[in-house]
Amino acid sequence: MSIDVDTARRVAKLARIRVEDEALPALAEEFNAVLGLIEQLSEVDVEGVEPMTSVTPQRLKRRIDAVTDGDQPEKVLSNAPDAREGFFAVPNVVE
Amino acid sequence: MTNLNTLTLADARDALRKGDVTSQEITESCLNAIDGADKLNAFSHKTADIAREQAKAADIRIQAGDAPAMCGLPIGIKDLFATKGTPTQAASRILEGFKPEYESTVSGKLQDAGAVMLGKLNMDEFAMGSSNETSVYGNAVNPWKIDDRDLTPGGSSGGSAAAVAADLCLAATGTDTGGSIRQPAAFTGTVGIKPTYGRCSRWGIVAFASSLDQAGPMTKTVRDSAIMLEAMCGYDAKDSTSAELAVPNFEAMLTGDIKGKKIGIPKEYRIDGVPEEISKLWDQGAEMLKDAGAEIVDVSLPHTKYALPAYYVIAPAEASSNLARYDGVRYGHRAGLAENEGITEMYEKTRAEGFGSEVQRRVMIGTYVLSAGFYDAYYNRARKVRTLIKQDFENVFAQGVDAILTPATPSAAFGLGEMSNSDPIQMYLNDVFTVTLNLAGLPGVALPAGLTKDGLPLGLQLIGKPWEEGDLLNIAHSLEERTGFVSKPQKWW
Repeated sequence: MSIDVDTARRVAKLARIRVEDEALPALAEEFNAVLGLIEQLSEVDVEGVEPMTSVTPQRLKRRIDAVTDGDQPEKVLSNAPDAREGFFAVPNVVE
Repeated sequence: MTNLNTLTLADARDALRKGDVTSQEITESCLNAIDGADKLNAFSHKTADIAREQAKAADIRIQAGDAPAMCGLPIGIKDLFATKGTPTQAASRILEGFKPEYESTVSGKLQDAGAVMLGKLNMDEFAMGSSNETSVYGNAVNPWKIDDRDLTPGGSSGGSAAAVAADLCLAATGTDTGGSIRQPAAFTGTVGIKPTYGRCSRWGIVAFASSLDQAGPMTKTVRDSAIMLEAMCGYDAKDSTSAELAVPNFEAMLTGDIKGKKIGIPKEYRIDGVPEEISKLWDQGAEMLKDAGAEIVDVSLPHTKYALPAYYVIAPAEASSNLARYDGVRYGHRAGLAENEGITEMYEKTRAEGFGSEVQRRVMIGTYVLSAGFYDAYYNRARKVRTLIKQDFENVFAQGVDAILTPATPSAAFGLGEMSNSDPIQMYLNDVFTVTLNLAGLPGVALPAGLTKDGLPLGLQLIGKPWEEGDLLNIAHSLEERTGFVSKPQKWW
């Protein structure tokens, strides 16, 4: 499996990271170096092996579905690059 | 008394309780050392005012006879831990200006135990790196030096390791996703333990790969690791993977008696390209444990060579998901936009400007292995291999083995910039001995065991059974006594 420039462009798009066209060939090459490493996994016989979901055997705890926090909009918004009238402000999403 | 900054946690604690020194005196000594060590670039944010205030409060507690283990002891906090009101950036541009409104559970526990925060410590961006060269703050520098080169303190907890080794703080917090506590500890002649997954709450620690991340102490001695680990761990309802187990008194378990303990030596850790002096040190370590009464047995962990490949699927996959939150909306950096640009451009430009190249690479690799058509071939296969790696360890422990001894790193500290022209895999190989434990969720401790012929520290790693950090630290303590490692870096900074 090898990653070409088009695939690199598509992955960058999926990851929402802008990569300029001239940087794509080098990026594809780096991806291929990492893929070369992870391709080694295909040597392993994993027939009948369960994929790990939790490294510790314990079951995830459940909690009551209740509000435990809240009423602090100023704190929630305090680090926002742009906050107005109690909301996070972003550029137009729909015209 | 001079050079109070060179004290261990244990000695400082005892001196404080006896009334021989005050926390304010030790704290001032550390603050002076920090101000004189800017060349090491270990601290990303100094918090002298907070430190002085906390030291004063600690002295009052100690006088009142209310002195928990960490009371009055000045430490550094890795920049990955959210600290209320103090910049927390995970060494990334994308979190520029971020001041959390909350405190991470681990740093909060240390604070409650009376510890004094001297500042935030440099690290690799989002803990992704093995040399502290991906930090937005610039490289942290190893206090150990053998020629005119500046050496890496390792990574990702490079600032923590440099600060402890240079006596800028008595101890520091670190985090470990693939070796980020143990590799820097080995590179700087310090001690670091990654506890069992679930021991320390991950709440308030900037997430990299949630199924692998664990916090742990970085200290000058094994005893100090025992003291500090106890203060850091414990059940936390805010982390759903936190273990609901009692926290033992780890220090009390340091009896030094390891008679009859079975120590495994895994043959798969003898890999090509590892310098002879590291293999020799490993053999000597085994001899020392034998002299202390342990039984040395050969063991096999057959899937070891697949740990790095599995890690470089699982960790980037989890990172791509965890780092999706950095979008320029709620905190940190937001890119400037042109007139006709909308929200998608905002995401894409913000993340291109905010993430460094290694972080971008890993996020994209993760996106790729999780994308339609590749999920089974890469991600699910890696999770199956992870199951096999864990079973390898379970099989060894089922044979009655109490702990496993390995080298900590395949080399000593290398020069900053020396790896910049090689492909990313060369850097990833630094974690070849440490990454297996994260995949298996096991505790591991790195401790200094000797020097290279050039005079740089080398570490050994002991791997323990789940939740047996006490036993593991006791074995490490016994090894520490026998290696008699006391070397310190000569001050040049």
